[in-house]
Amino acid sequence: MTIQDTAYRSEPAVYVYEAPIRIWHWVNALAITVLCVTGYFIGSPLPTVAGEASDHFLMGYIRFAHFAAGYILAIGFLFRIYWAFVGNEHARQLFLPPLLNRHWWSGVLHEAKWYAFLTKEPLKYVGHNPLALLFMHFMLVWGTVFMIFTGFALYGEGTGMGSWQYQWFSSWIIPLFGQSQDVHTWHHLIMWVIICFIIMHVYVAIREDIMSRQSMVSTMISGWRTFKDNRKTDDDI
Amino acid sequence: MTETFYEVMRRQGITRRSFMKYCSLTATALGLGPAFVPKIAHAMETKPRIPILWLHGLECTCCSESFIRSAHPLAKDVILSMVSLDYDDTIMAAAGHQAEAIIEETIEKYNGNYILAVEGNPPLNQDGMSCIIGGKPFLDQLTHAAEHCKAIISWGSCASYGCVQAAAPNPTQATPVHKVIHNKPIIKVPGCPPIAEVMTAVVTYILTFERMPELDQQGRPKMFYSQRIHDKCYRRPHFDAGQFVESWDDEAARKGYCLYKMGCKGPTTYNACSTIRWNEGTSFPIQAGHGCIGCSEDGFWDKGSWYARLTDIPQFGVEANADKVGATAAAVVGTATAAHIAASAVKRAMQKDAPKGDQE
Repeated sequence: MTIQDTAYRSEPAVYVYEAPIRIWHWVNALAITVLCVTGYFIGSPLPTVAGEASDHFLMGYIRFAHFAAGYILAIGFLFRIYWAFVGNEHARQLFLPPLLNRHWWSGVLHEAKWYAFLTKEPLKYVGHNPLALLFMHFMLVWGTVFMIFTGFALYGEGTGMGSWQYQWFSSWIIPLFGQSQDVHTWHHLIMWVIICFIIMHVYVAIREDIMSRQSMVSTMISGWRTFKDNRKTDDDI
Repeated sequence: MTETFYEVMRRQGITRRSFMKYCSLTATALGLGPAFVPKIAHAMETKPRIPILWLHGLECTCCSESFIRSAHPLAKDVILSMVSLDYDDTIMAAAGHQAEAIIEETIEKYNGNYILAVEGNPPLNQDGMSCIIGGKPFLDQLTHAAEHCKAIISWGSCASYGCVQAAAPNPTQATPVHKVIHNKPIIKVPGCPPIAEVMTAVVTYILTFERMPELDQQGRPKMFYSQRIHDKCYRRPHFDAGQFVESWDDEAARKGYCLYKMGCKGPTTYNACSTIRWNEGTSFPIQAGHGCIGCSEDGFWDKGSWYARLTDIPQFGVEANADKVGATAAAVVGTATAAHIAASAVKRAMQKDAPKGDQE
């Protein structure tokens, strides 16, 4: 904000995101990007390539990139869950929004008002702000879970009935949705939900970095949360 | 004592040589080794043929039409004779009350031992009045026959999933067999129609081994429905290469490239068309240049378009699919974000211009 505010920044920075969390964040972001792009081109392939079929493997490579990125996403997600147990208190937050905490919901409301330009100033958080946590938990975490399950169900169709992917995922998920086409459709729709999340996530992270009372983008690089004023924070944890 | 299959065949003038051919072809179709040929032959020679009641609900008889075109001539004679001896209203000689009496006779005589083959399905709305057999709703006939049977074969997509008469809005509430009969083993042989060789092989398997073939989660015999058309399609190399037919009359169509972009349902359809093929192995839809329409999959009539890769989502309008719905949502979010950026910039600019006392 102003130079005066900078002078007030006396509260010590807090180490919020440990290195494994930061690495996961960026690997996950890269995997999602690859998955969305290749996924789109699996649904709507590129124009036909000329020449002999034996000279090309374009669709094969696109699918390979999709499957490889899918594995990275899934394994990364498992690691992220593991780290929620062994990491610091902030590592757990993403999975456990305090949905029964009234004060937390008033924080959601306050942040919503902040985004509707109805309040002068956002609250101040060391961890995620409640509105961010709400969106991240329901759109990203559950979106990812959905994509991993439906993704492996579709992948299992290719690996065949004897494979663990088929046994664990395809065998019950495909009948649950009706048939393979329905799983494809839902897999596509939730991709767009995640794309919508990314648009908001990137915008909001940058906006918060500029306009809110704590650091945002740099925190996911260095791990340290810094503050623009020295008043007390509003975290529930 | 009921005749054996072999006796029926011989009576119909089929040579032993042809009979052995049938046994070996069937063993191959079932994925069994040569050692099983004599076993099949032995079963055919010694076991009394399985009585089968073949009922017809709401259907188009394409299953029967397919069945009587089984590639090796014996299959149709053998199996057909077996069926017609009991009850199949399309192909049996008896008619009217005489025909209906056969059902009762079979149920009494083979109580708990006959196979109930169902082609088509019962409609449940209007008290089942949309399908009347011998003056009574088909639903009554089905539940009565199912009560005393050993197992049920759901022939075709109608019996397995509902097919065209169950397509939205399904005014008669046509309902697949497994949603009406819950207490009997049901084997689904979906397809519109199913492949003839698949049908005869299923019956032969049940006779030979006196049990159901191994079924998948959805109750389909694994030996024929465990792989997608796409997995065994001869055009698959063009798919992997990224070579697609873009319109019906283009060069790629003439060259026989992959029909994925033309809406081929091969990648989502479990069936044996690309291996067994049709009409004595002559061809199958993709070989004829048209994509698979997914006729052996649940609800395929409502999973259109047959000519687009992405499935229509009618709830969002006639032309909507996942990408159109998703891209619209993303555009809305993107526009809202842009508007929000602008509003935020204005707010900041106003804050900077405002007197100092307004700020923290």
